[in-house]
Amino acid sequence: MSARRYTEDHEWVLLEGGTVSVGISDHAQEQLGDVVYVELPEEGVTFAEGDQAATVESVKAASEIYAPVAGEVVEVNGALSDDPSLVNSDPFGNGWFFKIKIADADAVAKLMDENAYKEYVESLQ
Amino acid sequence: MAAAGGRAALSLSWEFGAVSQSGSQSGELKQTPLHALHQELGARMVPFAGYQMPVQYRDGIIKEHRHTRNAAGLFDVSHMGQVRLSGGGRGGGGAAAALERLVPVDVIGLAEGRQRYALFTNDHGGILDDLMVTNAGDHLFLVVNGACKAQDLAHLRQHLSADCTIEPLPEQALLALQGPQAAAVLARLTPGLAELVFMTAARVEIAGADCFVSRSGYTGEDGFEISVPAARAEALARRLLAEPEVAPIGLGARDSLRLEAGLCLYGHDMDAETTPVEASLTWALSKARRRDGARPGGYLGAEAVMDQLAHGVARRRVGIRPEGRAPLREGVELIDEDGRALGRITSGGFGPTTGAPVAMGYIETAWAQPGTKLGASLRGKVHPVEVAKLPFVPQRYYRG
Repeated sequence: MSARRYTEDHEWVLLEGGTVSVGISDHAQEQLGDVVYVELPEEGVTFAEGDQAATVESVKAASEIYAPVAGEVVEVNGALSDDPSLVNSDPFGNGWFFKIKIADADAVAKLMDENAYKEYVESLQ
Repeated sequence: MAAAGGRAALSLSWEFGAVSQSGSQSGELKQTPLHALHQELGARMVPFAGYQMPVQYRDGIIKEHRHTRNAAGLFDVSHMGQVRLSGGGRGGGGAAAALERLVPVDVIGLAEGRQRYALFTNDHGGILDDLMVTNAGDHLFLVVNGACKAQDLAHLRQHLSADCTIEPLPEQALLALQGPQAAAVLARLTPGLAELVFMTAARVEIAGADCFVSRSGYTGEDGFEISVPAARAEALARRLLAEPEVAPIGLGARDSLRLEAGLCLYGHDMDAETTPVEASLTWALSKARRRDGARPGGYLGAEAVMDQLAHGVARRRVGIRPEGRAPLREGVELIDEDGRALGRITSGGFGPTTGAPVAMGYIETAWAQPGTKLGASLRGKVHPVEVAKLPFVPQRYYRG
């Protein structure tokens, strides 16, 4: 099972060393429809857990993305400004949004694992 | 992530809300005659105008939009209101005179087989709805917005029931086939249809169904709207979908198509507080009904409208082209370089054909010239925009 963790807001989080990458799940991109624009945070910004971090726009509407864990933004995915459709075609890979240097590794462990997230998504249908 | 406006589990943050794919969440919503077909095609259904409607199918909005501009898109627009006006004099002529009391449009002079865009106005000249009127020979055929059809019927009855017969047509479905291949598709089934020109109509048989067809639509492309008995609608839709050029298209793409085409959406780009002059729809105000025309005024709000035609208006509907890539949507404020509010966006989103954000809104008249630079205020940032001529994509109507 992948080491990816998930929030109830359908963000995924992948811990690598002291940094997590953040994106949205396949379920989320499918529900959103075609992504046409992503507004990413600035590098160097520090978020508390739950702060509004980014915005993803589909053809019809804007949706907010919240910081799943606290930390400092160390990298953002510049490829999304030229090709926002990566969020749809490759949500777990090239469709990543930003990377956070985290203060607390336990914050990631508290999130849902792959199985728990699958059950959670099923419970929503 | 959460829909704008609150922290919640992800929901489809469509303007209209969402209905689960497997069934209805609201017993109150009506279904069109194509409901089973939509479900079979994997449509995502949403509530709209009191109906469960497909917002998209499996390919998604962008593909559906592009397909319509490249080939032929089939839309279920059965939620719209279809009404027949008749009587009150020879050949529906009385009905035409009656309807002229409610619209600033030449209906008496509308020849048989011809169609015209019209507006219901109130006594202040505000727009109650926009509609299509067709002279169908022995009656007038009206198509009104689904969200307004109950009010429009009440309006017609309140003013005209003494002068003509008003019949809603709930047993008729309405399909639209739009795009550069639409005519070739229909001509394969009913050869004569290729001869219809833009804004004309005819009663024809298509695949064994008795249809009333107009060459018009809401996409800026060549296309047709087909009124067909509800009992025949699914068979006709399946027959059309069997043609290689045709794909099913939902309301999401219908909206992006009309937005690129610069066409108004009632309730957003115009409402009862907006006059036709403010809405930049003076082209729809027939010469015959203007102050120096054959039948000047004589409709609700005529004095207000004619006054605006003579003296101008304080604000006008214009195209807005964001310079960046962020879509700017309904409600976004338009400002000058000092931050003073000049107007607001009334429709906006991403244009799949332009590959960029597009919008429409209202602006103080002094700022309404194409090329004027403005700001749009969104999430604490000022996005540069400029006033743009409409449409964003060339109209491709077939004029013969």
